[in-house]
Amino acid sequence: MILDYPLIWGFLIAVAIFAYVILDGFDLGIGILYPTTKDADERTLMMNSVAPVWDGNETWLVLGGGGLFAVFPLAYSVIMPAVYAPIIGMLIGLIFRGVAFEFRFKSSVERRPFWDISFFAGSIVAAFCQGLVLGTLVQGIEVVDRTYAGGWWDWLTPFSVMTGFAVISGYALLGATWLVMKLEGVPQAHFRRVSKYAALILIGFLLLVSMWMPFINESIMEKWFSFPYLLYTFPVPLLVAVTTLVLWRALMSDADYTPFLASLVIFLLTYVGLGINIFPYVVPNVYTLWEAAAPDSSLKFLLVGAVILIPMILAYTAYAYYVFRGKIKSTEGYH
Amino acid sequence: MDSLAVDLARFQFAFTIAFHIIFPAFTIGLASFLAVLEGLWLWTGRDVYLRVFKFWLVIFALSFAMGVVSGIVMAYQFGTNWSAFADKTGSVIGPLMGYEVLTAFFLEAGFLGIMLFGMNRVGKKLHFFATVVVAIGTALSAFWILSVNSWMQTPAGYAMNDVGQFVPADWWAIIFNPSFPYRLVHMVLAAYLTTAFVVGAVGAYHLLKNRFNAAAQVMFSMAMWMMIVVTPIQMLAGDYHGLNTLEHQPAKVAAMEGHFDSQGPAPLILFGWPDVEAGETKYKIEVPYLSSIILTHSLDGVVPGLNEFPREDWPPAAIVFVSFRIMVGIGVLMLLVGVWGLWSRIRGRLYESEWLQRASIVMGPAGFVAVIAGWTTTEVGRQPYTVYGLLKTSESVSPVEAPAVWASLVIFVAVYCIVFGVGIFYIFRSMAKSPDASQGVEEGVPVRTAGITPAQALQPHEGDRSHDS
Repeated sequence: MILDYPLIWGFLIAVAIFAYVILDGFDLGIGILYPTTKDADERTLMMNSVAPVWDGNETWLVLGGGGLFAVFPLAYSVIMPAVYAPIIGMLIGLIFRGVAFEFRFKSSVERRPFWDISFFAGSIVAAFCQGLVLGTLVQGIEVVDRTYAGGWWDWLTPFSVMTGFAVISGYALLGATWLVMKLEGVPQAHFRRVSKYAALILIGFLLLVSMWMPFINESIMEKWFSFPYLLYTFPVPLLVAVTTLVLWRALMSDADYTPFLASLVIFLLTYVGLGINIFPYVVPNVYTLWEAAAPDSSLKFLLVGAVILIPMILAYTAYAYYVFRGKIKSTEGYH
Repeated sequence: MDSLAVDLARFQFAFTIAFHIIFPAFTIGLASFLAVLEGLWLWTGRDVYLRVFKFWLVIFALSFAMGVVSGIVMAYQFGTNWSAFADKTGSVIGPLMGYEVLTAFFLEAGFLGIMLFGMNRVGKKLHFFATVVVAIGTALSAFWILSVNSWMQTPAGYAMNDVGQFVPADWWAIIFNPSFPYRLVHMVLAAYLTTAFVVGAVGAYHLLKNRFNAAAQVMFSMAMWMMIVVTPIQMLAGDYHGLNTLEHQPAKVAAMEGHFDSQGPAPLILFGWPDVEAGETKYKIEVPYLSSIILTHSLDGVVPGLNEFPREDWPPAAIVFVSFRIMVGIGVLMLLVGVWGLWSRIRGRLYESEWLQRASIVMGPAGFVAVIAGWTTTEVGRQPYTVYGLLKTSESVSPVEAPAVWASLVIFVAVYCIVFGVGIFYIFRSMAKSPDASQGVEEGVPVRTAGITPAQALQPHEGDRSHDS
């Protein structure tokens, strides 16, 4: 049987990155939303709502990066130098927020605000840098002779800064709706309000990005404004609009789960729209999936493991979420 | 690429990985220790094991979090600073790292939450299962990443394609490349020893305060058993690893030994300073025949010297020579502490010997120093190559200019020193809390009900002091 391994892997890497975006999205979002409350107990609740799962969420980032290295080494080797500074910024941000999960409970009460700031700043910097990477990739990077040939400030453009802010607002929405789902009473009402603001800001950014993007990249223009493509692409914004309505109605009612689920759907649709824009490239307008792929022997070898292990990972990850299901009652923890 | 950028990228990698390795070296051993403790608790029902378990669980969580965040940095270093290396070797070592993520990282992360927070939610047996799974995950992680590192040292099972990439030819040969089994055993034992010395030091610290502290006795006794059993095995494993290196990377062994000329019989240079300019090891103190005996297992076997190899292929001899001696020296000290502990135990004075406890405290960080010295030996000894004999370090770096690498290096150094410095401080503070007064003891169960050890049984009135906090 002949399988198109690069295509399969392109899909799998896309799934891994999407899993990362939504999973770490809501826990980064919780960090981003830290300043919306000053109450120390509420902050503890917020952090504890993701403490058992954040590490697993971040592992998808390692799978995305490591997977790219393994199956599209050429893409990995030209993208990383191109987004050098944002990647370093993201890593530093992730360090500050990751350790805050532990350090916040180990520090004295007077020093706790320092780790609150570390959690907030780390989360927002990581989210912003991920948005910068996204914007840089969509714009396209300069490659000569299998090597990145641009400068080391090329990633900094008005467009990439805007995608940076867009990602922050998106994660904030995921975090706020997650908290609507996990909290109750006064804090829940608080984050229901926050969700509304986050939703409005995100929709604003989505409109802005959608209008701007075709002018950044010609092949995207072609996909959105020429006839056969239009049939594939047009439903995406339509569905986003419908889901946004669902989200808004859910936020106006007292639904617990619907706001988060609707936010996930918005992310999925946006991601699919982005995928349509980029496909069949892995490095936009430079390398297609097939040009950047490792030899089939590498792809096959890792695919065997992925086919067996990813369902297992999903199963026990789901189990971990199931164990910690339901509302966060108190400030329980092992600390 | 200018050589400054290469050196900066090398230093950045060395710095970030040396900081990173501290945490996994500790958590690999600690995860297994925790699994054993919880198993003993379930098996014997003795409360003291649970107390020791909870004491170390807090420390495990702290080190694991730091291991995770410093590890994510490593996953991206290949691309940011070593993109040429990534392009050329990704097809071969990338999938191995992919397997590390799929088999180990997700497993650890998936069950860590249950291990840390889930005791009251899933029940004892399932919680024990989660602890064991986390321990297995740490070991699997070691398996894959050491396979990757070993392939860079002793590449096998590959072919080259027309754009100069390594491509896989035989996965079995790639994974089980010639130096892998030796390096895996050597490193996993090193992790166990590192943990044993930390646990021993913490146990000793609390015993010095109160030698009837039952939890401290458990820690100290278990650590002492590990030291006396594992240190000799580790020395044997190190010897085999050295022979393997002699076979596949003789220039590295020449640098480790400080030999410039091949000779047989070859003396073992205990101390000295390899002067590369002069082409000789100065101020040396040597034991005749011993190098031949160790490396060839015969009295007059020929041991290669650096002069056998072209000068441009020499690793930085002085660093390799010195770091190797630090590692071996610590190994010898570890054995002495282990023997001392066994001797005290036989005499029935394990918990009374204050000098043994002081020595154990001094040796607490010894494992970390030995691990970093050992890795320095093998990694610097691999120079001037990233993939030994095939891909030069200077041909592996990214097209990133020196100022960018400088800037990121400065940031990493500052952030690591602050964040991990604070983290290590919190770890010390957790260690300093008495394990008998530690939090989370089962409700309604008196602290010492089941935890009476023979020493306490003999002197019950003094045993009451173990309630001190």
